[in-house]
Amino acid sequence: MQSNTSILKKIPPTPLSKPAKGAMGKTGTWRTLKPVIDLNKCTKCGLCWLYCPEATITFTKEEGPKIDYVYCKGCGICAEECPAKAIEMVREF
Amino acid sequence: MSKIIITTGNYSAAYAAKAAKVDVVAAYPITPQTSIIEKISEFIERGEMKAEYIRVESEHSAMAACIGASVAGARAFTATSAHGLTLMHEMLHWASATRAPIVMAVVNRAMGPPWNIWSDHVDSLSQRDTGWMQFYAESNQEIFDTIIQAYRVAEDPEVKMPAMICSDAFILSHTSQPLEVLSEEEVEDFLPPYEPPFDITDVDHPVTHGNIVWPEPRGDASVGYMEFRYLMHQALLNAKRKIKEVTKEFEKKFGRNHGDLIEKYKVDDAEVAIVSMGALAAQAKYVVDLMREEGYRVGAIKLRVFRPFPDEEIREVAKRLKALVVADRNISYGYKGISATEIESALYQLEKRPIILNFIMGIGGRDVKPEDQRKMIEAAFNIIETGQLEKEAEWYGLVR
Amino acid sequence: MTILGLPEEEYVMSGNAACPGCGAILSLRHVLKALGKKTVLVIPACCTAVIQGLYPRSGIGVPVLNMAFEATGAAASGVVAALKARGKKDITVVGWAGDGGTADIGIQALSGAAERKTDFIYICYDNEAYMNTGIQRSGATPYGAITTTTPILGKKEHKKDMPMIMAAHHIPYVATATPGYPKDLYEKVRRAKEMKGEGTRYIHILSPCPPGWRYDSKLTIKMSKLAVETGLWILYEIDHGKFKLSGPSKRFLDPSKRKPVEEYLKLQGRFRGLTDKDIEEIQRWVDENWKNIAKMIETE
Repeated sequence: MQSNTSILKKIPPTPLSKPAKGAMGKTGTWRTLKPVIDLNKCTKCGLCWLYCPEATITFTKEEGPKIDYVYCKGCGICAEECPAKAIEMVREF
Repeated sequence: MSKIIITTGNYSAAYAAKAAKVDVVAAYPITPQTSIIEKISEFIERGEMKAEYIRVESEHSAMAACIGASVAGARAFTATSAHGLTLMHEMLHWASATRAPIVMAVVNRAMGPPWNIWSDHVDSLSQRDTGWMQFYAESNQEIFDTIIQAYRVAEDPEVKMPAMICSDAFILSHTSQPLEVLSEEEVEDFLPPYEPPFDITDVDHPVTHGNIVWPEPRGDASVGYMEFRYLMHQALLNAKRKIKEVTKEFEKKFGRNHGDLIEKYKVDDAEVAIVSMGALAAQAKYVVDLMREEGYRVGAIKLRVFRPFPDEEIREVAKRLKALVVADRNISYGYKGISATEIESALYQLEKRPIILNFIMGIGGRDVKPEDQRKMIEAAFNIIETGQLEKEAEWYGLVR
Repeated sequence: MTILGLPEEEYVMSGNAACPGCGAILSLRHVLKALGKKTVLVIPACCTAVIQGLYPRSGIGVPVLNMAFEATGAAASGVVAALKARGKKDITVVGWAGDGGTADIGIQALSGAAERKTDFIYICYDNEAYMNTGIQRSGATPYGAITTTTPILGKKEHKKDMPMIMAAHHIPYVATATPGYPKDLYEKVRRAKEMKGEGTRYIHILSPCPPGWRYDSKLTIKMSKLAVETGLWILYEIDHGKFKLSGPSKRFLDPSKRKPVEEYLKLQGRFRGLTDKDIEEIQRWVDENWKNIAKMIETE
């Protein structure tokens, strides 16, 4: 029998997880190439937002796309699909 | 109001599911269980029972569906036998680790090959380590009463673990006996409304159940996999206490007590006791009465609950005995009877242990008559006199 | 708020465990945009079991019931039955499973659920092998693909036609999709959601996998589109028995519009062992599939 302050009293009887960013940690550390947006070239079409598998790109019509580098894994899809060639993959290390 | 009818063990299970007002039934036919789900289908199609019945395409799916229903807020029921139960094996682990308080009627049947549909306890005993509570009933009334009691124990906040209620193929499943059917109102008084271990349909508070848990505490996880397994173990230990409480309360309310973890019969002054599971436990009491008239100091123990195992309870009785006859309708190939090994392990703690005679008997439905049980008991008295135990486990009635 | 006609809300959380460039998580992102908050996912053993990440966090923003490999259809049936018993009518139950969990080990439970007219959506994201366990051959692996269980000779059989198997269950809706056409995928999931109460709806998503198919992670959208442009993957719907080619695939009914399959195959390391004869066989298979499609359109 454990005391009332035991950690075992505070966890659910079966593992329940809550939706949160970073369920696999700060996945930006996986990256070797970093997408960098040239907002001068960007036409604000939103395709990078559309195709980002991870929802790490947020987008508004006014400000265009913004990348969350804490989690961006650097897959390069955004740069590949950008019709204006406004995203460059830059080596990080 | 309750009513008394004459009916089979299988129909008794069906009446119990109805009385417990289960919300979802998911089941697949298999002899000798089938008439349980046939009767439930009849209740539902007649509009006498308000439950969703999922006519699944396998027992594996039956248990998966019960798990889904259970965490979506429904009291779930299923029934199976032998190959159906062993096909479910993976899902039995899944159910207990989900902490889904599903109740299942198991009609014990031999495993093939060769095909054999008669009673044998290997099917359910092979599920020993799945985290399910296991009850073994000796009569149709006990099947009914235990299903009701099992829901109460399984759904208890301190337990939240599934339970199977086992009964012998044909000996009970297809044999009619008098049965007092408690009304839904009476049962409702005893069994509070179902509360799921968590509600997977609560979209305002979404949770993910069962994604990866690391071996060690890691990141913001304060515990690892092992701690969740400990909680399951503790829940079954809590169930020991709950089963005692619930059987007492049931007796107070309905006037019947089939024993809690074990049932003791005339063991107080006995030198020898015979341990049985299921229907043979009823016959053992009859044999004890006959032998007592002849002056034998003999008693009987019914192993009513196999998990959680009644180790203390058996020790308490066994320490006063000279010999214990353990009659197993099962075999663990390469060793001995399954309940005998469990009992021996429990008694190891005692300073003065009784001699244990293990009989492997009744396999694949082979008949075990009162005179057979009597011979087993007589053998124990002989050994007490001679002090010579030749074989730890004897295949009783084997043609050689 | 919508962006490009799609809801802004995200139910896929950044920082999950998907491989970079994963077609499955991109698909799930758009699937969940279409389904919205009132959704319960049942997920068997598959890549997404891992993608969710580690307790006590989850990379998915709607309720998820993880399930054993073969049991998605059955567990979803249980959830649906409980919702019915409780009179909760506004929640969509969705099975989300890989190709192994659908075409192989889970086909029985799925077929049973569909035959029982279980009121749910089943979505197979098909990355064409057991990717989560390390690229083993499945019933959905295409002809010629090298996997770790067809390591030298490649698979000798063509892909199992899951959508048509499901169509044979006479369910109200069967559709194919691929994340290179997110709007098409989104609309199909919306359509399936609208059919709540009508029985089982099935969507099969060809889901490119950089490590399993052996291509650079930036090419996921290219792969997805090339699969359609070569005619290897045909986008269609079968809505209450009515077959309809979807927009992006329409023009490929004309064989001359299709790109040669080689353009798709040569970009993927899994097809490195193909001989000219193999490529011919794949082209023949593609042309044959289209002939069957043409026949279906004619008989409509």
